[in-house]
Amino acid sequence: MLWWTPFLLFQLQQPLDIPDRNPHTTAADIEQGRRLYMGRCAGCHGPSGDGGKGANLAVPSLPRASADRSLYRIIRYGIPDTEMPGSLMDTHELWQTAAFVKTLGKVTATPITGNTKNGEQIFRTKGTCLNCHSLGNEGGRIGPSLSGIGARRSATHLKAKIETPSSDVPANFRLVQLTTKAGKSLRGIRVNEDTFSIQIRDFSGNPQSIWKDDIAQITSEKKTNMPAYRDRLSETEMNDLVAFLAAEKGAQ
Amino acid sequence: MRLLLIFAAVPLLAQVTHQRLLSPEKEPGNWLTYSGNFAGHRFSPLKQINDQNVAKLTPAWVYQSNSLQKFETTPLVVDGVMYITEAPSHVTALDTRTGRTLWRYRRTMPDDVRVCCGQVNRGVAILGDLVYVGTIDAHLVALDAKTGAVRWDVTVADNKTGHSITVAPLAVKDKIIIGIAGGEYGIRGFLDAYDAKTGKLAWRFWTVPEAGDPEAKTWAGDSYKRGSAATWVTGAYDPETNLLYWGTGNPGPDWNGDVRAGDNLYSDCLIALDLDTGKLKWHFQFTPHDVHDWDATEVPVLINAEFRGQPRKLLLFPNRNAFYYVLDRTTGQFLLGKPYAKQTWAKGLDDSGRPIRLPGTSPTVEGTPVWPSVAGANNWYSPSYSPDTKFLYVATRESGAIYYFGQADFKPGEQFNGGGFRSIPGEEEWGAIRAFHPTSGDVAWEYKLFTPPYSGVLSTAGNLVFGATSEGQIFALNAATGKPLWRFQGGGTVRSNPMSYMSDGKQYIAMTLGNSLYVFHVQ
Repeated sequence: MLWWTPFLLFQLQQPLDIPDRNPHTTAADIEQGRRLYMGRCAGCHGPSGDGGKGANLAVPSLPRASADRSLYRIIRYGIPDTEMPGSLMDTHELWQTAAFVKTLGKVTATPITGNTKNGEQIFRTKGTCLNCHSLGNEGGRIGPSLSGIGARRSATHLKAKIETPSSDVPANFRLVQLTTKAGKSLRGIRVNEDTFSIQIRDFSGNPQSIWKDDIAQITSEKKTNMPAYRDRLSETEMNDLVAFLAAEKGAQ
Repeated sequence: MRLLLIFAAVPLLAQVTHQRLLSPEKEPGNWLTYSGNFAGHRFSPLKQINDQNVAKLTPAWVYQSNSLQKFETTPLVVDGVMYITEAPSHVTALDTRTGRTLWRYRRTMPDDVRVCCGQVNRGVAILGDLVYVGTIDAHLVALDAKTGAVRWDVTVADNKTGHSITVAPLAVKDKIIIGIAGGEYGIRGFLDAYDAKTGKLAWRFWTVPEAGDPEAKTWAGDSYKRGSAATWVTGAYDPETNLLYWGTGNPGPDWNGDVRAGDNLYSDCLIALDLDTGKLKWHFQFTPHDVHDWDATEVPVLINAEFRGQPRKLLLFPNRNAFYYVLDRTTGQFLLGKPYAKQTWAKGLDDSGRPIRLPGTSPTVEGTPVWPSVAGANNWYSPSYSPDTKFLYVATRESGAIYYFGQADFKPGEQFNGGGFRSIPGEEEWGAIRAFHPTSGDVAWEYKLFTPPYSGVLSTAGNLVFGATSEGQIFALNAATGKPLWRFQGGGTVRSNPMSYMSDGKQYIAMTLGNSLYVFHVQ
């Protein structure tokens, strides 16, 4: 939640001379990069880099880091206003990590076998996905927008999230239930919180802000309101839905 | 008539003598040193704003800084004039009633300034008719208190090798005490004293030894050469012992301890130095062979109190490593130590105060989760001691970190970390303002904060404790009970310490928030 936590102490200054090309790409560098990646990056990006809480790195070209230098900068400084932090690894280690990250895109991703047309049908009807999620100009406001989701997350990750959505919920999508001292009940998604107040988006999509002084009882759950689709869809339907979402690359 | 009014509003600046600095309680409307007194109390004897009327506190004026760096200054106030620093090393004098600028000192910095953690500054010192500021490019500058004109400017160290100054200097007797930052650059740490009138170096105490010194044996090989132990937070002074009490920072490199086996003196220590000579009277090391970056650069709090039936001169120290310490400040004897926040690195402290480390808590390439986090259970921001309630107030952080071990190749002027850290996924970090019984370390009350704070506290004779959150609020609590009484949302994170002063018979509370300085009063 506090993406800036590492920057409480360390604010990295931008060096003036980052080489264009990664100078450390030997097999030994990549192996050391793998160890560094497993310790620092795999928690969010997954051991094979196909994403999770963090973006899918197992792609031929990284949207934010098509060049070595931009990849280095992102590992070094992080991405402001996201959960991607900077790193205090030394220059050599940063390049080794970058070298390993580049190898993730060379692994052949699990082929997507589903039918995107059928998948769209499921998305719009049986799946009732638009009740909560938006896609372009249509849909609900409860869940995150799925516009361009296929450009950010791998098919493997999308499938896992649809099957068991509560496995890894970002802090700003927690489910909160509260009762005010005046007797009003409220349930929704926590969008912000501080010592004195909490902000919730209720299931009508409306933002609500409540002083904690006015709350009689509050429970917060580390799960989402999204149902698990493992038993709701057949294997074929699931693959079709995943194929549709993976092909959703957003406005180009 | 108009002229008369101005004279009435802004009293003629009197010299700030050492005698005045010794007895700040005689002029409670002023705030003459970083911590309000030499004992590090950050307590204001003013009580016009109190637990009965604090709910009516509103901004009197706001000063907006042009810098987007963290705004960490503690203002000093002398006879109607406020002196603040702004990033990177600017000084601004403001009228205490209107917030209008009286003079500015602006310093041009080189493009490639080397600094680990932001181009910040925590404040000035004042003595005689001079205002003193340490600069990010590691100079100490004396300014004319009435005009801001530079009277002298001395080089303390070279910024090209990662030395910088962020600490507010301490003016004592005829000296200006100034510490150094650069603990992430493998510098050789020191604490300096300069002649207040001329800027001539009076003494330097090296916090890291050189070849042949007995302390060099506490560092493997020649690793002391990159030993760091910076001195970047303002310490305390006791005129009775004539000792300066100052905390020292982490050994370098931060997280790779393999290249510097040994206790690594005098890193993570409290050092007691003779003010006149700079000679070490005693030291106490909180975290021998630190591998988590737990600098002992917190503000020491000096009190005289009965400890286990004996009247003693005590030094209180809530450390970044999550242990609370009580030392005898005459001898350095360890009297008490206990955890005051979640910690998972030590089984406890032995009879001498040395930590009994738990296995498996050192950083690894794969990452080791340990509490507290790198930012610690406490940090540079100030605690407060109230002689009224006799509580020690500490803004406490409850959070852990995953610590990484990394390579440590030293190149002068480049960061020398040997690893890194990140937050623990899914951890619900939080914080609290805690009131401690100082001689037992027991908690009298606690006020919970949603996230860990990174700002200090002020207590006042109005039975109030002021503090702030990382989410943008400044708040007031009842000093005796911890009950919340007032809050203000300023829309930025708070990275500073509150203080209080009086101007034209009216009390004000001042604290930076985001990139602005907020000054509150009761209308």
